[in-house]
Amino acid sequence: MTTSATSLDKRLILVDKTIAVHGNRRDALLEILHTAHNVYGFLDKKILLHISEKLRIPPSQVYGVATFYNYFKLKKPGSHSVTFCLGTACYVKGVEEILSALEKEFNVKRGETSSDGKLSLFVTRCVGACAMAPNVIVDDEMIGKATKEVVLERIRKILESERVEA
Amino acid sequence: MSERIVKLIIDGKEIFAKPTDTILKAAIDNGIQIPTLCYLEGLTPHGGCRLCVVEVKGNPKLMTSCTTPVSNNMEIITNSPKLIKYRKQIIELLLAERIHTCSVCIANGSCELQELASKFGVDHTNVSRNWERFELDMSHERFVLDHNRCILCTRCIRVCDEIEGVHTLDIKRRGKDSMIIVDLDEPWSASYSCTSCGKCSAVCPVGAIYVKGKPLSETKRKELPKFITERRRR
Repeated sequence: MTTSATSLDKRLILVDKTIAVHGNRRDALLEILHTAHNVYGFLDKKILLHISEKLRIPPSQVYGVATFYNYFKLKKPGSHSVTFCLGTACYVKGVEEILSALEKEFNVKRGETSSDGKLSLFVTRCVGACAMAPNVIVDDEMIGKATKEVVLERIRKILESERVEA
Repeated sequence: MSERIVKLIIDGKEIFAKPTDTILKAAIDNGIQIPTLCYLEGLTPHGGCRLCVVEVKGNPKLMTSCTTPVSNNMEIITNSPKLIKYRKQIIELLLAERIHTCSVCIANGSCELQELASKFGVDHTNVSRNWERFELDMSHERFVLDHNRCILCTRCIRVCDEIEGVHTLDIKRRGKDSMIIVDLDEPWSASYSCTSCGKCSAVCPVGAIYVKGKPLSETKRKELPKFITERRRR
């Protein structure tokens, strides 16, 4: 379980820089996880082990912190993401129906990525826009008062345009 | 003022304690019993199970006696209808969260949760049980990790960190999704840091970590952390 990740990885240099800025202090773990998540897009075991070694924190503890926060993703997300608000207001307004419709249409379960790596479905708790419930976030763009049709249409369009470009 | 002494009243009995003591320690030292589950002498208190809650006069909240330090003129009640009600409810919730079927559990007869349930007369749960099933980790040559029996008391984590000093075990996720993990959520046999010392199985209050082929009554050593810390250089 050694962690000599490729030394020429520029992203790793950024992570190490953050670690150095914080003087290798173990209480800066969250900051460092944030940096690593930002530069890699997700946290894999290799980078968690690297952080564990640098900060002198047991790997299981680093993993525990990384999984405690919904923000951190431990698997590589798809090129497009759809996030569903499962807060009380959105739930009551029927976000579940939209979610199951998408799961069925694109054959991908919540929290997972489609087998072609194109689409990820995430769920989150309240996004703080309850007046617009139900809320669905498609690639950083929020759709308020979302309906099954609107969301499906939007995603089909995104995936379609990508196919044309490719 | 080399060492101040604190005077407090527990269940009407006037007792003296060191200011660094917790309510639980002061009570134990004076022969007063408070039910506990996640607490284990020799390990850092966790305050997670909430069974050791007590009433402190002037404080509307119930306090966990294992983590609350004593203070002068504190008046504490360790047993009241309210406390019994809460403790019963906690036991019910613990029983409902994972699959606690005593008759087919390796810990049957030496389980601390079972003991508490029978002591408090909890023979059923009023909340519906959550029958989510988790896969057993039987990959280790000697130990089994059965999440279905785990109550997340973190005794194993603390003994692994504080006594053995490797911190192989921890908890992943949170809330109802919390689970004990080995290193980076690996099968136990793949763990690099685990020394196979078995202290986790010695302190598990239920049948979540046990030695293969042995009843828990044979492998359980509840006094182990206390024994080790009392003989360790400070």
